[in-house]
Amino acid sequence: MPGMRDMKPPQFDYVAPASVPEAVAVLAERGPESRVLAGGQSLLIELRYRTERPALVVDVNRIPGLSDIAVEDGSVHIGALVRHAQLEHARFGDPLAELFRQVAPYVAHPPIRARGTFAGSLAWAHPASEWCALAMALDAGIELDGPSGRRTVPAGSWFRGAFTTACLPEELVTGVRLPRPPAGAVVAFAEHRRTHGSFALAAALVMLRVSEGRVAWIRIGLANAADIPLRAVEAEHLMMGERPEPDLRAQAAARAAAEADPADEPHAPAAYRRHALATLVRRCLARAVENAGTP
Amino acid sequence: MNVELTVNGSTHRLDVEPRTSLADALRDGLKLTGTTLGCEHGVCGSCTVLVDGTAIRSCLVLAVQADGADVRTVEGLAGDGGPHPLQEAFAAEHALQCGFCTPGFLMLLAGALAEEPDLDHDERRMDEVLASNLCRCTGYAGIRRAAARAARRMRGDVAPGSRS
Repeated sequence: MPGMRDMKPPQFDYVAPASVPEAVAVLAERGPESRVLAGGQSLLIELRYRTERPALVVDVNRIPGLSDIAVEDGSVHIGALVRHAQLEHARFGDPLAELFRQVAPYVAHPPIRARGTFAGSLAWAHPASEWCALAMALDAGIELDGPSGRRTVPAGSWFRGAFTTACLPEELVTGVRLPRPPAGAVVAFAEHRRTHGSFALAAALVMLRVSEGRVAWIRIGLANAADIPLRAVEAEHLMMGERPEPDLRAQAAARAAAEADPADEPHAPAAYRRHALATLVRRCLARAVENAGTP
Repeated sequence: MNVELTVNGSTHRLDVEPRTSLADALRDGLKLTGTTLGCEHGVCGSCTVLVDGTAIRSCLVLAVQADGADVRTVEGLAGDGGPHPLQEAFAAEHALQCGFCTPGFLMLLAGALAEEPDLDHDERRMDEVLASNLCRCTGYAGIRRAAARAARRMRGDVAPGSRS
């Protein structure tokens, strides 16, 4: 069949290092011509499209110790090989676990979620990625290991553009540290997409804590609202210290949409996507406030 | 590169290029053509197989990644006692027409029901699992019925051969 061969990946060398130092040594030597393979649910597609043509694929799946979700005092640490499905079934009692469970079903399908990784989503940096929006909203720390040692990049300076991050070719993402929302925080997530399996046309997530009837802490994250994930800081600012009444929530939602910079897409002009974002944020705020009750 | 795959209980050694997908290794290397390839980029799910018990897209996993893994394909579904309850249910409920997507659906459900034997009790969750794969013939109603029928049978809710 003509064109059929084009669905096969180009040739590459393959190495499966047994440890992070081994992987880093490989990347130090051949980083610029390499791609790291974790879940592979995006990389293998790009290889098949031949939009990625690495000379070397560095498979990190054989490295032990990268598959754990560690719940610590102030943060949750997600190893580089933690699959979407692990987050979908996260059962630690925390608002963050609740958010994982709400968001995960929107990430592809169960067989993809069994392989694809949270950290890989952040490394891939698709503008519509829900996990990237979550990382941005919480200002996650992306942990890297490289020839010049370890460093942590805050989400705010991680995303440099669509599919572009601060990761150097010689560096390996080893994990992500997510600060935990304060105790008593509630979460909500909403997404608009054309079909069940489509990428988000727009998505919003809200985490907030209400104390004595007023917003004491709030984070708003937006996916596919720009070429990078956004945290709607101005909208958060509007809500902080105020009573989260419907009028204010509508104002904040409108402000969040104004902070967005969506591109025109064939199925969704920018104005439509902005409208969708405002609606999604408003719904998330309403649901979160409802869940918060009236403490 | 040499890889060792245990497929449906028997161990095979294969020499594959690193770029060879698990799906191609099964089909071209082991001639197990029950696993079909539709889209080859993770959309259709027709190539779904079990790797270490979990349903995955075999077009999105390299054969070298599966080195040492336990792989199950549609060829391994039927036992000595005849067709697998899923296969019987698909036939009984007319859950296929052209049959191209069927191996993928069977393996998808084999994995899902092993993890969640009561999957049919949660319609939303069942639909979410079934939406993983594409079927262009049936409209999914038959597949949904077959999945529920097989789930009941696999739990032992009904005796084999009885109407359910």
